[in-house]
Amino acid sequence: MAEPILSATGIVKTFGGFTALDQVDFSVERGERVGLLGPNGSGKSTLVNCITGTLRNDAGQVIFADERIDRLSTHQRIRRGMARTFQIPRPFHSMTVRENIEIALLYAAGPADSEPRRTTHDANADDAMRIVEEVGLHKKADERSGSLTQVDLRKLELARAMAAHPRLLIADEAMAGLSTGEVDEILALLLRLNQAGVSIVMIEHIMYAVMKFAQRIAVLVAGRKIADGDPQSVIANPDVQKAYLGE
Amino acid sequence: MAPLRFFGVALGTAVAVFAAGAFVHNEYLYLAAYTVAQYIVLATAWNILGGYTGYVNFGAAGFFATGAYTSVFLHKTVALPLFLMIPIAGLICAVLGLAMGYLTLRLRGVFFAIATLAMAIVLHTLVVNWSFVGGARGAYIIRPREVMLFAGYSQYLFATMLALAAIAVSVARWVEHSRLGRGLAAIRDDETAAECSGVPTLRLKLVATSLSGLLMGFAGAPFPYYVGYVDPAGAFNLAYGVNSIAMPLIGGMSSWVGPLIGAVLLGTLQQVLTVTISSAVNLLLVGVLLVTFVTVAPNGIVGLFDKLRRKRGGRDG
Repeated sequence: MAEPILSATGIVKTFGGFTALDQVDFSVERGERVGLLGPNGSGKSTLVNCITGTLRNDAGQVIFADERIDRLSTHQRIRRGMARTFQIPRPFHSMTVRENIEIALLYAAGPADSEPRRTTHDANADDAMRIVEEVGLHKKADERSGSLTQVDLRKLELARAMAAHPRLLIADEAMAGLSTGEVDEILALLLRLNQAGVSIVMIEHIMYAVMKFAQRIAVLVAGRKIADGDPQSVIANPDVQKAYLGE
Repeated sequence: MAPLRFFGVALGTAVAVFAAGAFVHNEYLYLAAYTVAQYIVLATAWNILGGYTGYVNFGAAGFFATGAYTSVFLHKTVALPLFLMIPIAGLICAVLGLAMGYLTLRLRGVFFAIATLAMAIVLHTLVVNWSFVGGARGAYIIRPREVMLFAGYSQYLFATMLALAAIAVSVARWVEHSRLGRGLAAIRDDETAAECSGVPTLRLKLVATSLSGLLMGFAGAPFPYYVGYVDPAGAFNLAYGVNSIAMPLIGGMSSWVGPLIGAVLLGTLQQVLTVTISSAVNLLLVGVLLVTFVTVAPNGIVGLFDKLRRKRGGRDG
């Protein structure tokens, strides 16, 4: 069997005396859809930040596509084929939707698994437009991103991540605050991406979305991973139920 | 327009402005126009870091004076011709910008601004205590009696500064439309999101601080020859720092046109006021205009025009 696309082992992250992550192992197979669950403050975002390089892990290692990356800066990791969206959308507000996407095309545009690395010169308005259409923002391509609605901002976050041509996409609460119809829209988008070969980690509180989407679920509670396996058995796990519902 | 062609046009404009000056037989005009051109360079340089990248530099006077004192130092040691001193002063200021970038990397917003102000004060103190370049007493620079191709040294200085302004504006415009400029804009909007879109934020910021420093050094290098006598109080004058910020702010920070308009407008006004009322009114005017623009037109004159154009476009459509 092929090596996993992402393998984080023994990740420790402390903030002062507080241990946010305590020896966490987390891996993603190539082409897999993984759900990452956990109550607020359980360390999900910290783990994502350690994987993408926004934070440095204190111990453990992160291996991405057979390369150790936990001492690389974020943009270097992104260029190796990793992308993320933010829990709270962070658009480049002075730019239009299309220009937002062009930034990622210009600077990140990494390869799909087998393709040769694209040069930055390939990045152009056509590519950006294609992605804008894919996420359904084509009517707003030339609008300032600062004036978008919540759901459009979420789509823009995804579009910008897609523009990086990632092999692994980490969607950090890409659907928080959306209506059911909108959630389904984003879910369909993520599934299409996955079918195109992108491994996806979904961090989400919307249970039905995770159950529908994920092939495997990992659960973090207070900085420790307490469960990791197929969705049905994880949900049935008494520890998980205790963490979510109390005793 | 291609960057080189634009540079050609900018240089052509500079030559035209210089030629127009020949019809006015007034030495003072050259000196006044020199100051305006100098502010075009300073404001444009400031805007690369402040407007494009979103890092407010309060230390423009520090860079300007470093450029000026590089000339003083060279004048006293190897006595190079001015056109060779300018690139050296620029390089030294670029290194200064790089160092400032490195040291203040982790600072954002107001803390970065304070650090740049502190840097200017440190440099000021250094120069005051460095007697070789005149220390607190200042240094006299004797202009060469003649200069080739020009009627007088004032004309030569003015032409040099005009050429530097053409270079600065062309560089700024090139940056704005390049991949670099778009990366800088991403940093200005959201540094974390930029990094997560693959933008090497640290490297780009250092390029911006160096480039901005380089151009400010250019602006400062001819200064000792312009005034004939440099002292720290003059070279590190608050006016340079304040004007470098005020001009892009008044003109508009989003494009190369803004600092140009701001510098021409504010610089000319200041020269007129200096002659007609008093030099002390200068900074008062800057203050009043700054407050007015920040409240009425935060995107500067360029922003006002954009707004007007959009309104008109909306009515037509």
